[in-house]
Amino acid sequence: MAYAVETRELTRVFAGKKKLLRRKKNPEGEGDEGTGPVTALDRVNVQIKEGELFGLLGPNGAGKTTLIKILATLLLPTSGQAFVAGHDVARDVFPIRQRINMVSGGETSGYGLLTARENIWMFSQFYGVPSQVAKDRIDSIMHIFGLWDKRNAKVRMLSTGQRQKMNMVRGFVTDPDILFLDEPTLGLDVNAARTIREYVENWVRGQKGKTVLLTTHYMMEADEMCDRIAIIDQGRILACDTPANLKRMIRTDTTFRLEVDTLRDTASFGSIGGVKNFSHEEDIAKNRTHLTFILEDETPVAEILSRITLAGSKVHSLQKSEPTLEDVFISMVGRGFG
Amino acid sequence: MTTATARSSDLASRIRLNLRAVVGRAYPRVIGANREPSWFFFEAILPLLGIASYVFIYEAFGARAIETIMDGWCLDHACASPDEIATYVAAAKANTNALIASVVLGGTMVAFWLNVLWSMASQLYWEKEIGNLQLYMMAPMNRMALLGGMALGGMFMTSVRAVSTLVTGVIVFGVLFQVADPLLLLAVFFVTLVALYGMGMMFASLYLLWGREAWHMSALMEEPIFFASGFYFPIGGLIPAGAWGRAIAVAGTIIPAGLGLDAMRQLVLGRTAFGGGLWLFSAEVELGILLVLAVVFLVLARYALAYLEMLAKREGKLTSRHQ
Repeated sequence: MAYAVETRELTRVFAGKKKLLRRKKNPEGEGDEGTGPVTALDRVNVQIKEGELFGLLGPNGAGKTTLIKILATLLLPTSGQAFVAGHDVARDVFPIRQRINMVSGGETSGYGLLTARENIWMFSQFYGVPSQVAKDRIDSIMHIFGLWDKRNAKVRMLSTGQRQKMNMVRGFVTDPDILFLDEPTLGLDVNAARTIREYVENWVRGQKGKTVLLTTHYMMEADEMCDRIAIIDQGRILACDTPANLKRMIRTDTTFRLEVDTLRDTASFGSIGGVKNFSHEEDIAKNRTHLTFILEDETPVAEILSRITLAGSKVHSLQKSEPTLEDVFISMVGRGFG
Repeated sequence: MTTATARSSDLASRIRLNLRAVVGRAYPRVIGANREPSWFFFEAILPLLGIASYVFIYEAFGARAIETIMDGWCLDHACASPDEIATYVAAAKANTNALIASVVLGGTMVAFWLNVLWSMASQLYWEKEIGNLQLYMMAPMNRMALLGGMALGGMFMTSVRAVSTLVTGVIVFGVLFQVADPLLLLAVFFVTLVALYGMGMMFASLYLLWGREAWHMSALMEEPIFFASGFYFPIGGLIPAGAWGRAIAVAGTIIPAGLGLDAMRQLVLGRTAFGGGLWLFSAEVELGILLVLAVVFLVLARYALAYLEMLAKREGKLTSRHQ
């Protein structure tokens, strides 16, 4: 079967910073050993089918953007292979570039002196889209994204959300077959994020042969939108399946969520028998700690509560819940996304 | 469809793609940059101040020469007759006008040099900083279409500014030009621009490799090139200054603006201006050298950018701001 995207043992290693260069600023060289090579992707194997909305879920630094950059022909693999629309990203870039586009969250591309419409039109010309076709598409998508009122506003006058919507229009205006969305809703308000998610879903489901690779660290976004999700951490794919199947993997486990007064030391929870994994997140404003436990059964709950009390903290809420993608991630990695 | 037809159709679609890309990239410079009327004050009027300082110095020299002649002296010997005095005064006035016209023309061409330095050479670095470069690199267009669009847009935008400066300069300083061969003048002007922007395209790739140090390169090259290319005086004036003068004049010819200016001055002032002794080569020879420079710079730009892209993809350090 031909895949829209396929990687085989894909590995990318970035060279570290050189000690010699840094010594110029620090002649003594004390505590300055430079950094070694960083393995951003480690033998990644992914197959994305044509027409699929595929999610790549992982924390910051997991390797999501590196994978997208390789697939977008911006970066070469150190080893292994990657194919987009059946073409090798290292050898056959032109047919790939004709069929792809990419939008990243927090992008600041474009020229401030041009209007939003002109900026998008300019980028469409780099893909050879006939001018009038591009303008018609821009107008149509701007309407859908609620950006029509701002079509003639200079880019430098747009808010962050409006600018991100403009970037999304740029991604769709070339009508790519494969669209890479790298954290597209980063920093957007709820309504703007919802508009974008709905449009992406309709775009993939409503047409034949369109594929989206979406990277995100928003669990709900991946859960709601994606046909399949790969969980990635430290450059390695830990699991790849439908959201339902991923959650089913830990359904035999029990998930408990607790909200307690701020806890300084949480490391000891890991030593309690029956605790498969746990994560903690501080809410400094409320002076609270949110704990999530993946347990083999309910037996360790008493011991956990006892230790919280002994630490001088107070339990404000305790909830047994259905597993989420975050629980899947905690179960696999032993920490949350925070 | 036969293989030949498919290949020709593929070629035609690639040409269309790259022409659209050139127009697309030129657009922000042609439209965007002229969107704020303040450019006229900053880029057409203010440069006249620099030109004015040279004009006043040359006018003072001219007035002094005429005063000396009127006192009965022609250079180091006495003038024999009123007719000879009138001839020498006319020659002094013509030389003064030629010098002032040289400065106005040179000051006009400064706009192109500054545009090449700060808006061509430094441009890819800026594109990287604002996040455009990786979008450019990901697009299917030829990379030369990107640079070509930047160059064409820059040429158009700067030509508007340069013509404004030239017209204002001619009106304010009362300069007289005598264009004997307008076609040759146009050819020299356009080939100079192509060579100059070809050099800017080459620098654009190199500057990106050098990163922030590129700023220092631009600052370093600004004033010395004003001097070595003879923006404010005929570059041939360096030849009588001895070996160092000749060395600077030869070095200046590597920058296309120097040769182009020399040829254009010959064509708008007359080849006999300054007694015909301050020109490097004939305008035709200079046009030939400029053509060679244009081809060399464009080819070097093509390979420099290909090298840059290869390096960017291998090292992962050039297309993203944070890497």
